[in-house]
Amino acid sequence: MGITVHVASILGSWGRTSPIYFPSPPDIEYGNDCLLALQRAYPTRIRGYCVVNPNFRSHAQAELKRCLDAGMIGIKLAASRRATDPLLDPICQVAAQRGVPLLHHIWQHRRREYGGQEASDAAELAELAARHPKVNFLLAHIGGGGDWIHSLAALRDQPNMLVDLSGSGVDGGMIEACLDAVGVERLLWGCDLTIDTGWAKLRYLEHLLSGSDLELVRWRNAARIFPSTAFSAD
Amino acid sequence: MRLDVNTFLGSYPFRRVPGTSPDALLRAMDRVAVDKAWVTHLPGIFWRDPAAGNPWLYETTERHDRLLPVPAVHPGLNGWEAVLTEARATGVPAVRCDPMYYGLDPTGAEMQALTQACSAEGLPLMLAVRLEDARQRHPNDRAGELPPWAVRALVRSDPRVRLIITHADRPFVEEVHFGSTPEESSRILWDICWIWGPPEDHLETLLRTVGVDRFLFGTGQPLRLPEASVAKLDLLDLTPELRQAIESENALGVTPSAARGPKSRSGSAPSRSLP
Repeated sequence: MGITVHVASILGSWGRTSPIYFPSPPDIEYGNDCLLALQRAYPTRIRGYCVVNPNFRSHAQAELKRCLDAGMIGIKLAASRRATDPLLDPICQVAAQRGVPLLHHIWQHRRREYGGQEASDAAELAELAARHPKVNFLLAHIGGGGDWIHSLAALRDQPNMLVDLSGSGVDGGMIEACLDAVGVERLLWGCDLTIDTGWAKLRYLEHLLSGSDLELVRWRNAARIFPSTAFSAD
Repeated sequence: MRLDVNTFLGSYPFRRVPGTSPDALLRAMDRVAVDKAWVTHLPGIFWRDPAAGNPWLYETTERHDRLLPVPAVHPGLNGWEAVLTEARATGVPAVRCDPMYYGLDPTGAEMQALTQACSAEGLPLMLAVRLEDARQRHPNDRAGELPPWAVRALVRSDPRVRLIITHADRPFVEEVHFGSTPEESSRILWDICWIWGPPEDHLETLLRTVGVDRFLFGTGQPLRLPEASVAKLDLLDLTPELRQAIESENALGVTPSAARGPKSRSGSAPSRSLP
């Protein structure tokens, strides 16, 4: 497929000894350690997001320091605490200090509570992004199911929010709507759990965008928001 | 040849979808190297009389030899048998009925009658499990998804009927396949548009467990990007023979001879699966 670098995260034990979206501190360390090992094994191909659970404040701070010092290049928040909650502020402050982006799992247009996670939607993430204008927030994942039209409307005017195209959704018109909402400079390519749909969206983008714009989505936007040392060659 | 058995023409009522005209569909087919497509009149699915979209569909496909009509039949409306007869006479590859959108019991008397009539006419019956991800549907788009038990019941209701089920995912396919006898299952075909590829490898798994001969190339375009179905085949390690089976031969094997063309094989292929 031609993927040069994976920026990945590991959510604890993926449910084995604590819930996927509410990982325990030991599981968080386990997952982050696994990713650091992968990063060391494939230094030019795999880079990591540090996963933290905001409910464990001191642990989150320590884990961020440990993993970012060890070379991770971003922060991953899944759904352990609502995006609007003040407990996320200290994590965002670390992102600002260290100059790393924060990728946040969202549920498009959350109309109620869902079991297994304390999900946030784009409007809620936009509130957090507005409180931390120096941090780049990645809305994961516009193709991940749910009402992406609601998400795009929520982030259109929040310039420090970027859209990642990952997810199994390959709706006709979705990419055009993304471009209309945030332009080519706030789009990031990604796969999430389905590589085939990620590849399909990239193939479609090749028909929609010119060479320079396509490069922005393929990698240049990512190179801009991650630390300058994140990728070995850009 | 690459044949897309799952495409639509016309506007979608619940969100803006680009590329719904015949010319746009043909351009999209060119983009992903699809030679021919079976097309449904999309607005009709939501009409009280879905067959009212058939005249436009026939007229449109008559003008484009790469497009073959899949007309709609509503078995709860008087005169539906004539719709079926017309479809047979027109040489369509299949007819469709979407009972959940029509407000019909998916295993009720009307559907049983349609199933038997399709069998008598030698026409495959196409049903969609869904058109959009349930998590994103418009608040007023409340039709339920086609349940797997309905497919099991319909295939049992007539010993010769052939069903083409679109937009099914792996759990749906497995529940129907392993909940049916091998003979019943052999009369059900699945399009691949909603089945995940790598790294979950749902499609590869199903090709091994259910068999290559049960799957058809379908995209759901323009509601879905057709690139997705091509990409998931590109990511499989398929022989040209097996890929050709999925991309056209399996579909041609179940369509009436009038819809196949002179060089297509007919009848059921021997069962094949990935090694």
